[in-house]
Amino acid sequence: MKKTLLTAVVSAAVVFGYGLQAATAATLDDVKKKGYLQCGVSQGLPGFSSTDDKGNWSGIDVAFCRAVASAIFNDPQKVKFTPLSAKERFTALQSGDIDLLARNTTWTMSRDTQLGLNFSVVNYFDGQGFMVRKDMNISSAKQLSGASVCVNTGTTTELNLADYFRSNNMDYELVAFEKSDEVVKAYDAGRCDVYTTDKSGLYAQRLKMKDPDNNVILPETISQEPLGPVVRQGDDQWLNIVKWTHYAQLEAELYGVNSKNVDKMKSSDNPKIQRILGQEGDFGTDIGLDKDWAYNIIKDVGNYGEVFAENLGPKTELKIDRGQNALWTNGGLQYGMPIR
Amino acid sequence: MSGIEEHTDMSFVRGEMLSEAAPPRSGDGMLHWVRRNLFSSWINAIATLIAIYIVISILIPAVDFVLIDGVWQGGGRKVCLTQAQGGAQPNGWFGGCFAYVRTYFPQFIYGLYPIPQRWRVDVVFVLFFASLAPLLVPAAPFKRANIIFMLVVFPVTAFVLLTGGHVGWNGFLIAGSALGRSFPAFVVDYLILTAVIMGIAYAIVRGTQGNPKPVLLSIGVVMAVLLVLVAITAIDFGLPYVETARWGGLLVTLVIAVTGIAVSLPLGIVLALGRRSVMPIVRLFSIIFIEFWRGIPLVTVLFMASVVLPLFLPDGVNFDKLVRALVGVAMFSSAYMAEVIRGGLQAIPKGQYEGAKALGLSFWQMMGNVVLPQALKIVIPGIVNTFIGLFKDTTLVLIIGLFDFLGQIQASFSDSDWATPVQAITAYSFAAAVYFVFCFSMGQYSRYMERRLDTGHRS
Repeated sequence: MKKTLLTAVVSAAVVFGYGLQAATAATLDDVKKKGYLQCGVSQGLPGFSSTDDKGNWSGIDVAFCRAVASAIFNDPQKVKFTPLSAKERFTALQSGDIDLLARNTTWTMSRDTQLGLNFSVVNYFDGQGFMVRKDMNISSAKQLSGASVCVNTGTTTELNLADYFRSNNMDYELVAFEKSDEVVKAYDAGRCDVYTTDKSGLYAQRLKMKDPDNNVILPETISQEPLGPVVRQGDDQWLNIVKWTHYAQLEAELYGVNSKNVDKMKSSDNPKIQRILGQEGDFGTDIGLDKDWAYNIIKDVGNYGEVFAENLGPKTELKIDRGQNALWTNGGLQYGMPIR
Repeated sequence: MSGIEEHTDMSFVRGEMLSEAAPPRSGDGMLHWVRRNLFSSWINAIATLIAIYIVISILIPAVDFVLIDGVWQGGGRKVCLTQAQGGAQPNGWFGGCFAYVRTYFPQFIYGLYPIPQRWRVDVVFVLFFASLAPLLVPAAPFKRANIIFMLVVFPVTAFVLLTGGHVGWNGFLIAGSALGRSFPAFVVDYLILTAVIMGIAYAIVRGTQGNPKPVLLSIGVVMAVLLVLVAITAIDFGLPYVETARWGGLLVTLVIAVTGIAVSLPLGIVLALGRRSVMPIVRLFSIIFIEFWRGIPLVTVLFMASVVLPLFLPDGVNFDKLVRALVGVAMFSSAYMAEVIRGGLQAIPKGQYEGAKALGLSFWQMMGNVVLPQALKIVIPGIVNTFIGLFKDTTLVLIIGLFDFLGQIQASFSDSDWATPVQAITAYSFAAAVYFVFCFSMGQYSRYMERRLDTGHRS
C-alpha cells in the first residue's frame, strides 16, 4: 500500500515536472502553431490596459502585446488578451495559460529569481509620488512634515511612505483605506492633505476628483517601480523577441522613424535605420522572425514615443508627461540597445 | 322581518328597515388607518415621524440624483463634469452619469462577447426565461416536458450557442492511444467505459441478490442519452467559437448562478440523505464532502481552482477557467444545500418514516413520496436563502479574472474617457438595483411558494 502511494506521488511529480518543462519549450513555435499570441494584461488600469465600451483593448501594455504579435505575424490583431488579477498573474504564466505577461508588473529581484520567470525590459518607469491640493502651496515633498496622508492599506505604498518620512525626519498621520476608490474619495473630501500611490495611478485617479486641476503631483518619486513584460525562464529565444521588440521601438523613436514615415525611411541612407528596418543585415532571422520584424512593429503599432503619446501622453485624458520615460537623449531612462 | 310586519299598526314602530349608515369618520378610512397603525401611541408617533424623516431625506437626494440631476444623454466624460472641472454641468451639480451606464450597458450584459455574435446570448436568455416562467407558475401545463427541456435540452442548446459547439472530443482510454485524437476514438472509449460501469453494477447487484436487469437498463439509457448530448456538442453548426475568456457581465453571473442552483439542489438532497444514511461508507463520504467544502472559504476554492490546479495538470490538459469556477461554486453550494435539507429531514417526525415503511414502501418511495415533499416544504426559506447567497457570491469570481456583472462594471472604471467623480457611485447604484431585482424576485417567489404549499401543520 505504501509502495503504491509512493509510486503515485512520484509519477505525479514526474507529470508535474514534465508539465512545467513542456510549457517552457519553444514558446515561439507554440505561438506560431496557435496562430495568435496569448497575452496576460490587467483587469483594467487606465493607460496600461483597459477596454472601451465596444470591448476594444488599449493601453501601453496592450500596445506592447500587439507589437510582439506584429513582429511574429505582421498582424497586430493576432493577439488574445487574458485579464488577470494581481494574485494569479504569475501562475498564469508559469502554467502556460499565457505566453507573455504585460501587466504593469514591478521588476523585483525575488520575482525575477524565485518564480521561474524572467523580466525582459522596462516599458514604463513608475514610482510612488504625492498629490496635494494646489492651495497648500507646496512644491516639494520635503515640505510635507506633519501632513495627513491617504494611502491604500497593506501595500508596499504604505511601507515606502513610512521609509521616506522616517529617512527625512518628518512626521505624518496615516489615513489608510482598503480600496483605491475609498482613498480617492477620502482625499477628495479633504480627509487628508496628501494622496500617495504610483504616479501613473495618481494621474488616473485625478480624473475622478471633484476639481482635477486643483490637484498637483509633486516632482519627487520616492520608490522604484520599473514595470515590464515578463516571460517564462528557460526560453532565451522568446526572451530575445520580447526584449528586442521594446528596443526596436526605442531605436525607432531615437532615429525619428514612426508609423507614418516608416515606408519613406526604408530608403534612408542612415545605416542605423537601414538595420532597424531590415534593409541591411539579417537581424530578424537570428531571433526566429523574418527580416521585416521591426518594420512591421513600427508600421503596425508605432515607435515607443507614439505608443506613449497615444495612451498616456498630454493628448489623452491622463496627461502624463514623459519624465523618466523619455529617451536617454532627453534626460529620461529609456535606452534602446543598438541594433547591429 | 316578520317582527316588524306584526307591529306595523303601532305608530312608534318603523315600517321599513333603516338604510346602512356610513361608519363614524374616526372608525374608517385612511385617517383611521393612519391613526391606528402609525400614531396609536406617542412612542409610535415619534417613531413614525423619525421614519418619515429618514425616508424623505434618502428619497429626495436619490430622486434628485437619478431623475433631476441625472445625465442620460451624451458621450464622453465632459457631460458628467461641472464647469469647474472642465465639463458642461453647472457648478455644484451632483447627479448620476447614466449616459455612461447606457454606453456601457451592452458590455455589462455580455462582457466582451463579440458584438456580431451577441444574438446567440440573446437567444439563450430568451430560451431560459421562456422555459423558466411556465415552470414557476403552478397552473401551467406540461410540467414534466418542461422540466426535461430545462434540464436536458436547454443546457446543451445553451452550451452550443454560447461556445459555438464543435467540441473536439478525444479518446481518453485505450482507443485514445490507438486511434489518436478523434471523435470515433471517443465513442469507442465511451462504449468501453459504459461496459465497465455496467459490469461493476452487475457485480454489485448480483452480490446483493437483486435483479440486475432494470439497473443495467437504466444505466444504458442514461449513458445513451449522454452520448447523444455529447455528439450534439461535437457537431459543427457553423457558429464561430467564442472562448469563455470573452464572456462577461450578467451572462457570466447568470451562467454561474444557474449552474450552481441547478447542481446544488439535487446534489444537496443526495448528500443530505447520504449523511443520514445507515450505510457507513455513504455516510462517511457525505460527511467528509460536506465538512470539507463548508470548511474552506469560497475565495479559497476559486483560488485553488484557478491558480493551484493548473500547476498540477500536465501541459495540454487545461480546464477552462469558467468550468473550474463552475465546479467550485457548485460543490461549495451543494454542501450548504445539503445541510439546509438535512435540517428539513430532521424536522419530519419519526412516525412518518415508520408509517411509510409499514405500508411497504421502498426507501426511494418513502423519501420521494412521503418524507422529502414535507421536508423540502419546510426548508423553502433556507433553500432560497442559499440560492440568493450563491447569486451574490458569484461576484467573487473576479479574483480569478472572470468578469461577472459587478466585475465588468468595475473594469469599466478604467476607461479614462468616462472617468468622473460620479462614475463609481452611478455604476454601483446601478449594480445594486440590478442585484436587488434578482434577489428580491427570488425572495418573493419563495414566499409565494411557502403560502401555496402551506398545509397548516402549525399549532
